[in-house]
Amino acid sequence: MSAALRVEALSKRYGRLQALSDVSFEAAPGELIAVIGPNGAGKTTLLSIIAGVQAPSSGTVSRAAREVGWVPQQSALYAKLSVAENLELFARLEGLADPPAAVAEMLAQAGLVERAGDPVGRLSGGNRQRVNVAIGLIADPPVLALDEASAALDAAQRNRLWEFVAARAAAGTAVIFSSHYGAEAQRHADRLLILSAGRLVYDGTPAELLERHPGPAGHDLEQAMLALLAGLEAPASAVA
Amino acid sequence: MRSLLVKDLLILRRSRLLVGLLVVYPVAIALLIGLAISRSPQRPRVAIVDETPPGETVRVGTQQVEVSRYAKQVFSQVDPVSVATRREALEKVTSAEVLAAVVIPPDLVAKVGSGTSQGELEVIFNGDALEQSLVDSQLRSALAQANLGFSEQIQAATAQAIDSLVRGGSGGLPGASESLIGLERIPAVLGRVIARTPPGADREALSRVADFASFAAQNLVLSKRVLGTVGQPIKIHSTLLHGRRTPLNTFAVVVALTISLMFVAVLLAAGGLAAEREEHTLNRLVRGLVSRETLLLEKGLLGAGCSLVVGLAMLAGVGAFVSLDWSRAALWLAAAAAAALAFGALGVAIGALAREVRAASLLAFVLSLPLALLALVPSGAVGRGVYDVIGAISFAFPFKAALQGLDAAVNRSSPSLGVSLAHLALLTIVFGALARVGLRRSQTA
Repeated sequence: MSAALRVEALSKRYGRLQALSDVSFEAAPGELIAVIGPNGAGKTTLLSIIAGVQAPSSGTVSRAAREVGWVPQQSALYAKLSVAENLELFARLEGLADPPAAVAEMLAQAGLVERAGDPVGRLSGGNRQRVNVAIGLIADPPVLALDEASAALDAAQRNRLWEFVAARAAAGTAVIFSSHYGAEAQRHADRLLILSAGRLVYDGTPAELLERHPGPAGHDLEQAMLALLAGLEAPASAVA
Repeated sequence: MRSLLVKDLLILRRSRLLVGLLVVYPVAIALLIGLAISRSPQRPRVAIVDETPPGETVRVGTQQVEVSRYAKQVFSQVDPVSVATRREALEKVTSAEVLAAVVIPPDLVAKVGSGTSQGELEVIFNGDALEQSLVDSQLRSALAQANLGFSEQIQAATAQAIDSLVRGGSGGLPGASESLIGLERIPAVLGRVIARTPPGADREALSRVADFASFAAQNLVLSKRVLGTVGQPIKIHSTLLHGRRTPLNTFAVVVALTISLMFVAVLLAAGGLAAEREEHTLNRLVRGLVSRETLLLEKGLLGAGCSLVVGLAMLAGVGAFVSLDWSRAALWLAAAAAAALAFGALGVAIGALAREVRAASLLAFVLSLPLALLALVPSGAVGRGVYDVIGAISFAFPFKAALQGLDAAVNRSSPSLGVSLAHLALLTIVFGALARVGLRRSQTA
């Protein structure tokens, strides 16, 4: 099966700061990939380059920006417009042939039919984020990039959001998401990309990571990631 | 771009308070400034006590000059309240019903008619120093004009008397005979008599009288001309170097229109662009859905279009009270559109720098109002160096160019409309480019 997305030797530099160094990976259709790592590791930079929000210093992304659905961390919506009006605006900007039909389909998939006429400013954080994701998906892109999309949501809202995203992945959309929650990555991701100081230090399944870094009972993905990162720092400290 | 424009207009329609403020505030400011420019201070209320007998006149030469005619001229500068007595006038001044009282004494006519003493008016003031100064300066200015008129009457009577002396006849002078010989005819009459008189002392005496008559006639003609000069030694002759003189009230309309265009266009364009960032939609739009240039153009056009609607509506309203040359409406529209686009470009430049709507609005206000006031500073009101700095600042922002363009379109003033339109087009490009750079910098920061 051919890759839905191919990222090759991606680097990004902000002045003296090397935010991303030589990151390469591929995503298969329907695959759910979690990008995790400590703060400042380069997660948002990687996703914003994949989404075309900013250009890389070097390297390539196989998809054009318009072929990648993008869901930023903070909902990017017009508060004075209704749910349907927000969706229709982006459907038109995407150049879809039948914007009203795309809106209706997205409202149904996101479970927002009842709220279609409500101004977005009056929605709960969870519903707003579902509209945010729905806009990212309205053009039915082969790849969806979610930047900590569940960060501001409570457990129930996160659950509903992931049901929506998982349904899209099941339909063949490759989903690449960044998250602060190790448990979220462990539960929803088929594959993990762990970034540290802009470098890709792990590319594999959650199960493999847990196997490589075993711990006591109740040992989770977050602890395994910390063990991995500690192992990476140790040789450097020894040299120093 | 059409979808974005429709979206922004929909959002504007739902932001009634914002739209209300955007329309009412600039129009109110514009009208206030326009009124301040076009209207002189209100005439002060002044009590008038006229103690002279009704219908009294002063005789100057052959002319009967009505005192009431000049009294009316004096009081045309104030809002007169007629009262019967000085005591009543004092009560009105004390109770602040009037700012001042003027008492015309009964001996005014006698004094003016005597030609040897001046007539005196009594002025009784009340109120603060500012009000006193206002009444005082208005009365003095009116009195100066009345005195000038009075002195012109005296000059006319004197000139008539001189004419009679030079050319002969009574000239209507009381007690003078119609057959009076004029000075200029004496030399000819005497010449004939001298011709018949044998040489000797009598002939010599007659020649001296004839010479004097000739000399007196020449000098009296000259003195008549001198009288006119003394009466008004300096008069105004206006020369306009180029262009056309703008009536103050239509200039006030142009100022009001320019201010309205500026506020609405700058605030809407700046706020509209900053709102995209505040709602986090900017990155979503410019990642391939809309180019940055299109987004800036859309916001600039939104501000320019809305400001044009508000400005032209205001112009139509004001046009009911001020006489405007409607045959030049196409030129106003061109000037207003160019001005609105330049203000829109300034707005997007501000919006590109600001990260949120409040900061953009504040920056737009802080920048716009001083620019408008600076552009209205007349040359000579400040030192040359300061005026040059003001001129440079005004050149770099659209207000002055917009004001000149609209003034040229409405009043045919100078510089020409073409020069102003070119200036506005240049500023639109410059601020548009600055906005583009600002948008890139703020996104990568």
